[in-house]
Amino acid sequence: MSASVLTRAAVVRRKPGSRTGVWRYFQPVVAIAAVVALIGMPLWIMVVTAGKSQAEAQHPNLSLPTTWYLWENLATVWDQGRVPAALLGSLLIVLPSVFGVLVLGSLAAWILARRKSRLISALYALAISGIVLPPAVVTIVLLLRQIGLAGTGVGMVGVYMGMYMSTVIFFVTGFIRTIPLELEEAARVDGAKPLRVFWNVILPLLVPVLATATILICLYVWNDVFYAFFVIGGRVDTLPLNLFQVASAGLHLNNWHLIFSYVILMSLPLLIVFIVAQRKIISGITSGAVK
Amino acid sequence: MSASSAAVGRVRARKSHPATFLIPAFAVLAVFYFLPTIFNFIYAMTDWSGFRAEINFVGFRNFSDLLQSGTLLNSLRITIVFAVLVAVFQNLFGMILALLLEKDTRVNRFARVMFFIPVIMSALAVGYVWQAMLRPDGGVNQLLGFFLGRDITVAWLGSTTWTIVVVALVHSWKWMGLSMLIYLAGLKTINEDVLEAARLDGAGSWRIFKDIRFPLLAPAVTFNVATALLGSMNGFDIVQATTGGGPAGSTELLNIFIFRTFGQGLFAQATTMSLVLFLVVLALAFPVIRTLRKREEVL
Repeated sequence: MSASVLTRAAVVRRKPGSRTGVWRYFQPVVAIAAVVALIGMPLWIMVVTAGKSQAEAQHPNLSLPTTWYLWENLATVWDQGRVPAALLGSLLIVLPSVFGVLVLGSLAAWILARRKSRLISALYALAISGIVLPPAVVTIVLLLRQIGLAGTGVGMVGVYMGMYMSTVIFFVTGFIRTIPLELEEAARVDGAKPLRVFWNVILPLLVPVLATATILICLYVWNDVFYAFFVIGGRVDTLPLNLFQVASAGLHLNNWHLIFSYVILMSLPLLIVFIVAQRKIISGITSGAVK
Repeated sequence: MSASSAAVGRVRARKSHPATFLIPAFAVLAVFYFLPTIFNFIYAMTDWSGFRAEINFVGFRNFSDLLQSGTLLNSLRITIVFAVLVAVFQNLFGMILALLLEKDTRVNRFARVMFFIPVIMSALAVGYVWQAMLRPDGGVNQLLGFFLGRDITVAWLGSTTWTIVVVALVHSWKWMGLSMLIYLAGLKTINEDVLEAARLDGAGSWRIFKDIRFPLLAPAVTFNVATALLGSMNGFDIVQATTGGGPAGSTELLNIFIFRTFGQGLFAQATTMSLVLFLVVLALAFPVIRTLRKREEVL
């Protein structure tokens, strides 16, 4: 950058977005209004309806409940929707899926990034095809039946790992290619075996990209209901599956207070994690997505 | 590099980066992803169902049945319309939000966090919330009535023509926070001096956006459009929770059809539609990604 550019920029330094004076005062108002209208209203209807009696919740709307029944409703769905079992089921499926896919995916990505041959490129192309191509959801059920994993948590973990392996391999391979080979060489000269090099040198460097992948995959797996229906529907409790049960029963009876009480209960875990770590989560997603 | 040293390099690579490390990941992929996909091609040609034990080969009968009854083309049309609408709305909203909340102020940081809440909510939950909002006596009409000063009773989810647009809007509402973040990251990478120079040359905000910032956002646009378009081809939860495919099947996406027919025990039909979805996404993915990439290269 030349000196003249520097001085010129210093003289008329204006951040983009602060175009005119009026807009500078107007922008926060517009931003807050957008939040209230677009996010506030849907969340509001959820909370007030969850707090209503059955009679009042029949026709869900934005008015306040005459008396709050929020705790009673939460307690009802806690039992009816088997929340403890569902929470446990969700955790037992999400944690191994995410951990497994990250470790196995990174290990494969390391080899795919470092070795060069036509076979490796073909394998890489095959491995990342799952990013866009939808999984064969119906025949997965048939296959799981044949190998005796139908309706089990293990089968579900396998299906999620198969679905998100592509994402991990894609993100991590791209990232490893930017890591200089010399960092590995140093460890190798010291006599470290490949697995050691991977574990001690490569894996720690992958933290930023793995953080991004973890967030996205956790979001998808935690909230997934479509694949869970096919693989473990009716056999294992998870939060989204039980929400669907509560809601299907509730919609016929217009039990909106129960549906939204369950929605609040099931949204809380992720919401708390998000609020605690929002800065990290937001920067993690943005740094990983656009290179 | 001479031929011999290249060979030495390859041997070294074989030792330091053993191919056996590929096995666990590819074993998982093979069993839980590739094999079911191959099965998809096979079982779409059978009469596999929940009613009989044996499975017979029937050729393309499932395809011709679904074509004749009109369900195949109808579901396909609905799915593609939905995906295109989502790709447009989600990116439009994400871009507008990114531009609105670009400056790093306290209000904007708060607003960004709020707009990200729908992204972390379950899509099923989002669907139920919007079903409550969009009923004739629901929240949206209540708000409109309040501001317009009269009763509004639009059945937002009751039109066989327009409800698909409404559910696409709901889907975009859920994911616009993610698009916003990616556009924000893209906007940050644009060199301040380029904008400064344009401003000194007298370019207005719109000119700067249209001619400089939007073209420089190409990688973010590629990512967002491709994921929104191809991801919503695979949509299910939100539409299932808001309309369940109705009214009169006008929002029955391929996945809702697959879910419904599978529940009825018509496994072969469900498999056939699943194969159709696979082939359509396959056919769309390459041209979409290639076109968007080409646009990037021009710059």
